[in-house]
This record gives sequence, structure tokens and C-alpha cells, in this order.
Amino acid sequence: MIRLNATTAGGNDAERETGAERLSRLIGGGWIFLLLFGLIVIFSVMRPQQFGSSYNLTMLAVNAAILLVLSIGQTFVIASAGIDLSVGAVLVFSSVTSAQAMLWLSGTPGGTYGTTDGGWGVICAGLAVALVSGAGWGALNGILVAYARIPALIVTLGSLGMALGFAQILTGGVDVRAVPELLVSEIGAGTIAGVPFLVVIAAVVTIVAAIVLHLTRFGLHVFAVGSNAEASRRSGIRLRTRIVQIYVLSGALAGLAAMMSIARFSTTTIGGHAMDNLSTISAVVLGGTSLFGGIGSIAGTVIGVFIPIVLLNGFVILGIPPFWQTVAMGAVLILAVWIDQLKRRARERG
Amino acid sequence: MSTTPLLEAQNIRRRFGHVYALDGANFAVYPGEICALIGDNGAGKSTLIKILSGADRPDEGRILIEGREISLDSPSTAQQLGIATVYQDLALAPELAASDNLFLGREIMRTGLLGQLGFLNRREMRQRAADQFARLSVHLRSPGVPVSALSGGQRQSVAIARAALWADKIIFMDEPTAALGVQQTARVLDLIRQVRDQGIAVVLISHNMPQVLEIADRVEVLRLGKRVARFDTKAATVESLVTAMTSGTDAGDVIQ
Repeated sequence: MIRLNATTAGGNDAERETGAERLSRLIGGGWIFLLLFGLIVIFSVMRPQQFGSSYNLTMLAVNAAILLVLSIGQTFVIASAGIDLSVGAVLVFSSVTSAQAMLWLSGTPGGTYGTTDGGWGVICAGLAVALVSGAGWGALNGILVAYARIPALIVTLGSLGMALGFAQILTGGVDVRAVPELLVSEIGAGTIAGVPFLVVIAAVVTIVAAIVLHLTRFGLHVFAVGSNAEASRRSGIRLRTRIVQIYVLSGALAGLAAMMSIARFSTTTIGGHAMDNLSTISAVVLGGTSLFGGIGSIAGTVIGVFIPIVLLNGFVILGIPPFWQTVAMGAVLILAVWIDQLKRRARERG
Repeated sequence: MSTTPLLEAQNIRRRFGHVYALDGANFAVYPGEICALIGDNGAGKSTLIKILSGADRPDEGRILIEGREISLDSPSTAQQLGIATVYQDLALAPELAASDNLFLGREIMRTGLLGQLGFLNRREMRQRAADQFARLSVHLRSPGVPVSALSGGQRQSVAIARAALWADKIIFMDEPTAALGVQQTARVLDLIRQVRDQGIAVVLISHNMPQVLEIADRVEVLRLGKRVARFDTKAATVESLVTAMTSGTDAGDVIQ
């Protein structure tokens, strides 16, 4: 005990530094948080009525919800030094299997607008199908990465093509439009205490994921695998099992995002997710998660998801051609990685 | 020095194709000593360490712990018997905190429901890590500092502290100071003495003869897969060690 006191007394300001280090890790390096904050302030000041309106802010959150759920999965994968290019295609595949299952369960299209009158039972079954479809692709990715030792970039590029191809084979390339009316009206357009249901789902996923990544053994192992896979193996971590679990998590979250997408757009969106993988990767990297693994945070990813959405929204409101958003995003992404590397080099120099 | 070896290897043979890496080698470590294992390149040092830490299996021969014959079939068996290895390439995760590295694979969990849900007890891990570093006089800014922010010597110290936390009998170290500067080497050697003073035997592979004479209590010399000499360090010189390494006979036993 005396020894302990001696060290804590000696390391008092060290402890404070650790707190600051942890904080900077949590908000992905701080400056990116300030960037988002600055963007919001600028747009709010320039167009308070339009940008700052509760309607606009709500729409921003709804637009972010689906991409956020995908990016959370991507955060776990990248923190473990992997990459998942298949998230968008897995979303499309899961939405197709889920929509077809719900259509089959509720019989022929009924009601208006081509929706069906499937009840909550049908919707729950559809959710289960979506989650299992997503987790299945994740398991395939994980097994190929962990056991066949094929680079994740290639594995998930292959499963991207396969998942998208199967989705088109299953539908003949035509979106399934007949989805349960209840799903669209209650989940897709519904609110809980004024907050859109989709935003609530994304918020819950985010909070649970942050707790799992930063406070549990699984989260520690994610970082350990990303930091030094061989050291993790020698430490007795079941490396292959962990890798499979990480990809299954990413796939299952893509399945959940598929359900959210059906609820929001009341159709499968076969052609609409080609850029999701790059959007999620750039959100994760913007948020301070290292592409080389071992470092990352969920809070950073949340900020990384919102920056392009706020930027696009602000440009539209200000009347700047929205094409500038992609230009700005590209520059911000390169800047983010550059600053990250400068900080790392500075730290390695001591 | 007690008379029963803590760990003893008798007549170990290990063949790779037509080559005997170990050809009837004997080896012994006694409790509470630093034992240097030396030999020219290809003498079989690394193979012997691998076998004694459970990473490889001998074709023939017996391994005894405290006089009792045992079967070392995997590194985890060796770990359960209180044997740990500090690898030359540092098996640490650089981005993780020093304290997280100390407990990686054997994390301390919260009690009750939270623990079953997989929640870590980081506070306890930090405290126990600080305690372990203090016990071994390893000075870090804080146990929460990521390993990548540490110097080479500090990293090696964390790796050794980790081994000392999980091994209560023997730690094998393969060239622990090979990549370090003079000051850092001195600090790591101090740490090795500290580990010994905790009652853990240390087996050290080194090519640095003056260092061997400085730190080891005893030296065992391998040549062409056999033990050719054993020295009490007090009675040894660099010349006698080098002679034994390069032209020792397999007379097998003691040149003291």
C-alpha cells in the first residue's frame, strides 16, 4: 500500500495527462470536433432560420442515422486493423432478403401505395432475416480473413460483388417495393417523444457500441488485435475467433441498417449504396480511428459521420452548388489523416 | 544454491531433417539465480529455449521441474507451470496502455453482473500495474501511457514486468538488451536483478560476454547441440567463456 501511494503521489500530473490523452482519443483528436462545431456555428449564424430550425436539425440526424449504424461496425473493423468494403452491398442484400421474407409472410401487396398490411410479427421476422443475412456475410468475411488469411481488402471487395450480385439475382434487379405499411409509418416516419425513431435506434446502437469498445474485454481485444496481432495471440487472445466476431458485428449492423433503410424509403435500394463503404471509411478515419489499427473511438466516428452531412446541408442552404461538398470532403479527409500522422510522429519522437 | 534444480533438461535431442539442433543437451536452472545460456550461432540455444518454454517439443529427452518429470506440450502449459518468455521482438501492443499490456489475455474483470457482461476493471488493472512497476523499480509517467510513447528500454521493462507478473518460477529472455543503448541496458539489467530478487529464476541468452559476467550467477555453454561447460561466474573470464563456446569438448560437465 505504501508503495502504491508513493507511485500515485509521484505520478499525479502524469495521471492528469492520461486524462487528457484519453479525452483526445475519445473525441478523435479534438480538432475534428472543433471543425464540426465551427461548421454548425457558421451555418447557424449565416442562415439561422433555415439551418438552425428544428426541422432541419432533425433531418440532419435522420440523414445520418443509417450511415452512422454502418460506420459503427466499420469502426470496430478498422480499429482491429481490418477493413470492410462490403457494408453497402451487405445492406442491399439484407434489405432484399428481409423485404422478400416480409412480402412472403404477409401475402400479396395490399393497402395503398403498394405497401402490405404485415403486422409487427412480420416486421420482427423481417428484422431477424436482415440481421441473420448481414451476420452471415460478416461471418464469411471474418472466416476468410482469419482462417484463409486472405487480406481483408480483397475478401470484402469479393463479398461486396457477391452480395450485390445475389441481391440482383434474387430480385431480377427490380427493387422490392411492397413492404409493411406499419414499418414505414411507425419506424421510418415515426417518432418517440418528438425524436425520429431511426435517430433513436442509431443513438442506442452508438451508446452501446461506445460502451462495448471502450469498457469491455471485447473492446480491449479489438484494439489489441489491431495494434499487434501476434502479441495478442501470444497473450492468449483467441485471435481468429475475435476477428470473426468483429466482422460478424459489422455485418449484423449492416443488416440492422438495411431494416432502417427499408423503413425510411419503403423500398429496397439496390442501386443506392455503392458509396457507403467509402463514406463509412472516411467517417471512421475522420473520427481519429487509425487505418493501421489499435486506435479509435465511437465518439470520433459520430463526428466523422456528421461532418459531410452538415457540410452538404449548409452548402445547399447557402446556395453553393452541392458538388463542392465532395470536393471539400476529399480535402478534409486528406487533412485529417495528415494531422493524425503529424501527431503520431510527434509522439514517437517523445 | 540449492541442490535440486528448479528446471532441468536431460539428454534433449531435437532433429530438423538430418541436422541435430540439439544432440543430447543437458541444462539446469536453480531457484533464484540468473543463469546465462551462451553459445555460438547454431549451437542450439534458441531451440532449447523454445523446448523449455513449450513452443517446440523434443524428439527425445526428459524435462523435470523441481525433480518431477513433466510434459511441456504447449506455451500455455509452460505458463501454468510458472514459466514465461520475453521474446526478442517484444510481444507488446504499442497502441495500448502499459497497464493494459500487462494484463492482456488475463484481464481483471468487474465483479458480479458487469464482469459477466465483459466489463473490465481498469482501475484495478492500473493499480496493480502501478504496484508491479513500483516493485520492480520501473519508472513510467503513468501506467496508462501507451507503450508506443515509451523508450526502447522502458518497453523492454514493461515486457519483463509482464512476464514477472505471470511467471512465478522462471523467465526466459532472448537477448533482452540487444537493441538498447548503454543507459537503457544498465536499467534493464537492474530490472533483471530485481526480478531475480523477487525469487524468480532468469535464463538469459546473450552474446555479450562482459554483460554475461556482469549479471549472471552462473553460465551454461552450448556447442553443437550439447552442453560443453558450466561456469560459476566468479571463476570465469571472457576468455574462458569464448574458449568453451568455440572449442569446448562434449566432456559434458563442469569446468569451474
